[in-house]
Amino acid sequence: MSGGFRFFAPLKTQDSEAKQPQAKKEAEKGKSKAAADPASPQNQPEQLPAAVGHSTPARKEQEQQEEDQESHRSSTSRLSRSPLRGVKKVKMMQCKITLLDGSDYSVNVEKRAKGQVLLDKVCEYLNLLEKDYFGITYRDIESQKNWLDPSKELKKQIRNGPWNFSFNVKFYPPDPSQLCEDITRYYLCLQLRDDVVSGRLPCSFATHTLLGSYTVQSELGDYDLEELGSDYISEIRFAPNQTKELEEKVMELHKTYKGMTPAVAEIHFLENAKKLSMYGVDLHHAKDSEGVEIMLGVCASGLLIYRDRLRINRFAWPKILKISYKRNNFYIKIRPGEFEQFESTIGFKLPNHRAAKRLWKVCVEHHTFFRLVSPEAPPKKFLSLGSKFRYSGRTQAQTRSASAQIARPAPLFERSSSKRYNMSRSLDGAPITENHETPVKGNATDGAPKVIAKEDIITTVTTERKAEEENAEREDAQEVAAETDATTPLRHDTKDSEPPPEVVKHQTNISELKRSFLETGSNGGGGAPGLTEWEKRLSSSPLRSPRADEDPMIEPLELQDAKDEQTEQEAGPKDTVAAVGYLVKYVADSVVTDGATSSGPHGISLSTTMDDDVFVDGTLREEAGGKTQDSQEEEEEASDKSATKLSPGAVRQEVSQAISDKKGTLIIFKQAENKEDEETSKKEGLVDRAESETDGNKEQKRQASLKAEIKHGDVSQIRGVDSPKKAMASWISEEKVESSEVVSVFTKELKELKTLDEPQQKAEGIQPKSSPTHVTVSASLAVSAPGWVSPSHKVSADQEKAVVVTENEAESAKPKAPDGVEVAAKDVPVVHTETKTITYESAEVDTNGDADPGVLLSAQTITSETTSTTTTTHITKTVKGGISETRIEKRIVITGDADIDHDEALAQAIKEAKEQHPDMSVTKVVVHKETEITPEEGED
Amino acid sequence: MAGIMKISAAEIKCDEEVDNNIYRFERAKKEREKEESENMAGLMAGFGHYTHAVVRGIPASLAKEALRTSQAEVDLTRARTEHEAYVEVLRTRLGLEVVELPADESLPDCVFVEDAAVVCGETALITRPGAESRRRETEVMKEALKDLNLNIVEMTDENATLDGGDVLFTGREFFVGLSKRTNQRGAEILADAFKDYAVSTVPVLEGLHLKSFCSMGGPGLIIIGSSEPAQKALKIMQQMSDHRYDKLTVPDDIAANCVYMNLPNKGHVLLHCTAEEFPESVKVFEKLKDHMLIPVSNMEKVKVDGALTCCSVLISKNPNI
Repeated sequence: MSGGFRFFAPLKTQDSEAKQPQAKKEAEKGKSKAAADPASPQNQPEQLPAAVGHSTPARKEQEQQEEDQESHRSSTSRLSRSPLRGVKKVKMMQCKITLLDGSDYSVNVEKRAKGQVLLDKVCEYLNLLEKDYFGITYRDIESQKNWLDPSKELKKQIRNGPWNFSFNVKFYPPDPSQLCEDITRYYLCLQLRDDVVSGRLPCSFATHTLLGSYTVQSELGDYDLEELGSDYISEIRFAPNQTKELEEKVMELHKTYKGMTPAVAEIHFLENAKKLSMYGVDLHHAKDSEGVEIMLGVCASGLLIYRDRLRINRFAWPKILKISYKRNNFYIKIRPGEFEQFESTIGFKLPNHRAAKRLWKVCVEHHTFFRLVSPEAPPKKFLSLGSKFRYSGRTQAQTRSASAQIARPAPLFERSSSKRYNMSRSLDGAPITENHETPVKGNATDGAPKVIAKEDIITTVTTERKAEEENAEREDAQEVAAETDATTPLRHDTKDSEPPPEVVKHQTNISELKRSFLETGSNGGGGAPGLTEWEKRLSSSPLRSPRADEDPMIEPLELQDAKDEQTEQEAGPKDTVAAVGYLVKYVADSVVTDGATSSGPHGISLSTTMDDDVFVDGTLREEAGGKTQDSQEEEEEASDKSATKLSPGAVRQEVSQAISDKKGTLIIFKQAENKEDEETSKKEGLVDRAESETDGNKEQKRQASLKAEIKHGDVSQIRGVDSPKKAMASWISEEKVESSEVVSVFTKELKELKTLDEPQQKAEGIQPKSSPTHVTVSASLAVSAPGWVSPSHKVSADQEKAVVVTENEAESAKPKAPDGVEVAAKDVPVVHTETKTITYESAEVDTNGDADPGVLLSAQTITSETTSTTTTTHITKTVKGGISETRIEKRIVITGDADIDHDEALAQAIKEAKEQHPDMSVTKVVVHKETEITPEEGED
Repeated sequence: MAGIMKISAAEIKCDEEVDNNIYRFERAKKEREKEESENMAGLMAGFGHYTHAVVRGIPASLAKEALRTSQAEVDLTRARTEHEAYVEVLRTRLGLEVVELPADESLPDCVFVEDAAVVCGETALITRPGAESRRRETEVMKEALKDLNLNIVEMTDENATLDGGDVLFTGREFFVGLSKRTNQRGAEILADAFKDYAVSTVPVLEGLHLKSFCSMGGPGLIIIGSSEPAQKALKIMQQMSDHRYDKLTVPDDIAANCVYMNLPNKGHVLLHCTAEEFPESVKVFEKLKDHMLIPVSNMEKVKVDGALTCCSVLISKNPNI
C-alpha cells in the first residue's frame, strides 16, 4: 500500500516582480530536477524538501523536467531558459530500425531525441512522404510491441531496453488507392506481406495465390522462364504454410500478368488485401466479464470483439461514448441502441495493466486518425505527464489533404526482393531485382534504401511540402479552436468541492437534469467513471427548452452534431481564432497535465481517467467529425441555421452539456448553487483562484471556447458579466439572461491574451521541452467562484469514493493549518483506490476584482524533485491596472508508503512555502490524497 | 437498380425514426455502388454469379418423417412437382449446370441440400447438421462437390453443428445464426474455412434458421421479414458489419427467403415466393424493377420448414483460378 500526497500552495504577492530573475541561476545549476523558487532566491532546491523523508518511488513525473516555454517579453524569460536541461553535450545513440523489407537501418539520434525524430529519419531514408500511416515500434520488457510515441523521448519509452525498433504501418488506409504515391503503397504492400506471411492477416488459399502472384509480378516483373527459372517462386514466401500447390497457382497467375508494372501489381495486391476481414485490425488478447478468452480488434471503423475467429460483437466508433482503462481492465461505454434505454459499460480484462493501456492508446489513436478531422491536440505543442496521451499526428483527413499537395515527381525506387519474405535458401534476391528496373515514372532517381545501416542520409523535403505541412498545422490550430468546446468540459468536474449531501439536495430540484444523472449513477457500477451520455445531456439540458417539443432522444443529437460541426467550420477560417484556438488548446492540455501530475506514481487510475476524458471528448466530437464525412446534407442544413447555432444560448447549452458530461451529478449541482451564491455579489469580489489551479484553467479554456464561438456569432447581443463559472451556474439553473451576457468579457480578455501569448507559443515551439505553463494564461484571467477541487476528483465519480471538504474562508489571509486535513484511510472495497481532496482557501478579495484581466508579463514553471517529492512551481506575473502581481503556485507531490505522515509532510510543506515567500500570502491550499492499494507500475 | 434505390429510400425513412446511425444507410448506396464496381475484379468477384447448382430429389419419407416445426400434412406429389419446377428454373431458365443427387429414403430431409454444405468461392465446407437424423446427408454432397473440384473442408469436430440454412453470405462477409441447429463451434469452423471473410454470429431466437427470415436480394441488399425477431437480427447484423447494407422488408418472414443470382446476360435474378402464398410480400418484390423476378411455388416444402434457398447449393466455378 502506498499513497500519493500532493498539495498546491498558491502564493501570491503584490509587486514582488523584482525578485524573480535571480532565482534562475540556481535553478540552472539544479540541472534537470531543480526546485527553484524564483521569488525567493535564497531558497535552494534542497530547502524545499517538503517531504524529503518520504521514500520515493522510482518513477518521477517525467515531463516535469520539461522546460517551460516562456514569453520573451518579460524579464523572467531569462529564467525560463532551460533550467532543467543540459544542452551542452549531446549524447548520440545508435538506433537500429528494422525496415519493412526486413533490412536493418542504423541511425544516430540524440539521446534525448523524441520519437518523431526517429520516424522522420526513417521516412527520409525511405523517401517516404506520406508517413502519417506509419509508425515505429519497440519491444518492451515483456517483449510486447509498442508504438513509439512521437512526442516523447525515445529513452523514456524504451527505458532500459535496446535501441532497436521496427518501422511499421500503423494506420492501414481503408482505401489504399487513395494514397498519393506509389512508394507509399509499396511500403504498405511490404507490411501486408509480412502480415500475411506471419498469419496476422489470415487469408484463404485463393487469396494467398492472388496476393502472391501480384507480389511476384511487382518484385520480379514479368514471368520469364529463362530468366527466372522454374523454381523461382519457391524462394519467396506468400503464406504461413506455403505449399507446392500454392506456388504453382501463383506461377500460373503470374504468367498472365505480362506487362503489368510493379505499381499496378501493387494496386491489385492492395485492392484484394484491403477486403480481407482482418485487414488493419490490431488484435489484443483479452477476457470478457465471464473470463472467456476473446480478442479485441482495433481498426479504422471501431472496435471488434472476436471469440476465436468469430466476430461476436462490433462497436463502431460512433457507438462508443467513452473508453477507459483501469489497471488491467479496459472499458468501453456504449451509446444506447434502439433496444436499450441506457448506455452501458462493457469491461474487458487484459493480461496486465500495460496491455490495457496499450489497447487504450491504440484505440485513441485509431479513433483520432480515422474519425476526426484534426487531432485533439496540436502536434508538438503539448507534453504528456504520466499517462496522459493523445494522438498528435495528422489525421487521415489531414494527411490526405496534405499528400494531395505532393508535387514531387514520382520517386523511382527499387523494389528490393525483400529479405524477410524469402526462404532461407534465397540468394538475397540479388539477381532478381534487376528485373523490374523498368522505370514506370522515370524522372527522379531516389536514394533507394538498399544500403543497410547507412547513416546521415539527408533527404530534403521539397518546399511545397513544407508549406503544405505548415498549412496543415495551421489548420490544426483552427480546428482546435472550434474543438475546444468539446474538450472543455472535462476539466470541469474538478470543481466539485461541494459536500455530496448538498449536491443531492440540489439534484432533486432540477428535475430535468436529474434523469440523466441518475442514469449516470445507475451504471456507475460498470467501473468507468460515469459520464452522461451525449444525447442525454442534450435532452436534459434546460437550455434546450426552445426545442422542448422535439424528441429529446434523437433529434437533439443530430442537431447538436450539426452545431458542433458548424461551429467548427465557422471558427476555422479566421486566423485570429486560430491563434486563440492554439492558446486555448494549450491551456487545456496543461490542465490535463496537471491531472496527470496529481496522480503521481501511484495514481494510475487517476491519470488514466484523465486520459479517458481527453478521449471522451474525442468521441463526442467524433459525432461532428463523422457527420462531416458522412452526411453533407446535414452539414449544409446546419450552416443554414448558423444564426441560431451561434447564439449565446447555444453556446451556453453546449457548455452546460459539457459540464454535465464531465462532471456528473455532483459538480453540476454544485454549480447551480454557486450561481445562487454569486448572484448577489455579482460583478465583484472575484475570488481569484484561477491562476494556480487546473480548475481555473478549465474555466479559462471554457471562456476561450466560448469566445471562439461567440466571435462569429452575434457578439453584439452579449454583455459582459463576471465569470464563466457564474455563467455556467446560471445556465444550468436556467437563468438565460445572464448567461447570454457572459461571453463578451472573455472575448476581450482573450484578445489581450492572444497578443501576449502568441510569441510565447513560438517560444514553445522552439524549445521542445516544455512544462505546463498554463499558469501563464490563466493568470491574466480572474475567475470567480469559491471552492474548487483538485482535478483528480472526478476520477472518483464512479468507483472511487471521494471525500470532498471545502472551506471557503472569507477574508482569511492565512491558510488553514494542516491539522484541518483529514487523512482518513477509507476502505473502499471494490476499487482499492482512495481519492481525497480538501481545499483550503482564503477568499481573497482581489485587488483586481474588476474584470480587468491584466497584462501578463511573464510566467515560468520550475520543477524540482527530491527523493520523495516533486515540486512544481509556477510563477506568473501580471500587471493589472498598474499593479503588478506575482502569483506562485507550488504543487508538491508527495509520494511514499502509507506509513508516511502526510499530515506532517503537508504542514511542513506549507510552512516552508511560507518561509520561502515571507512577503506573500498563501491564498489556497488544496490537498489531494490518493491511495492505491495495489500500486501499478507506471505507464510509459 | 433504380428500383432498389427507391425501396431502400423508403426503408431509410423507417430507420430514421428509430436508429441513430441513419447515415450509415444514406452512405450505403454510394458505397455499395463503389464496392460493386470493385467487386468486379479480384477477391469477391461477382456476388451472385453462379454456374452450378446441386439439388437433390425428394424421398417419399419426407411426407411423414421430415423434421418440421408445425404439424402440417405434406402432399408428396405436389411437393415433388414444386421441386421439379424449381430445378427446371435453375437449369432451363437460368442456364445453370444442375447436379441432381438421388433422394435417399433414409434421409427424409435430404432435399434441403443447403444445410449440408456451404460453398463460397473455391471452397466447400461440408457441414455437420444440427439434427442427428440429417448427418448422413453430407456424404453424397461431399462427393458431388469433390467432383466439381472444390476444395473440401470437413467439419469433423463432434462438438460442432452447423446448418447451411444458418449461413448468410452477403458477398462481403458471413453471418452465422446461432440456432437450434448451429452452434458456436460450427461457426468457428466456418470462419476457419473462409478466412478472407468476417464471420459474425447472430442469435436466432425464433424460427428454424437464420435464413428462415432473411436472404440476400442483391449485392448489399438484405431481404428481411418484418417480424420482431427478424428485425432484431437485422439490427445485430448491421451493428456487426463494417459494410453498409440496404434492406428490403417484406411482410412475411418466410417470403424473405429468396434466391438471388447475378447472371451474365440476365443481370439480377430473384427467385421468390408466389403471389398465391404471400401476396403482400410479392407486391414488395415487384418494386424491384431491375431484377428479373421469378416466382417459384414452395407451398409444400415450406410445411417442413424448407425455404427456397434450402433446395440448392449454388456454386460459382470461376474460370480464373
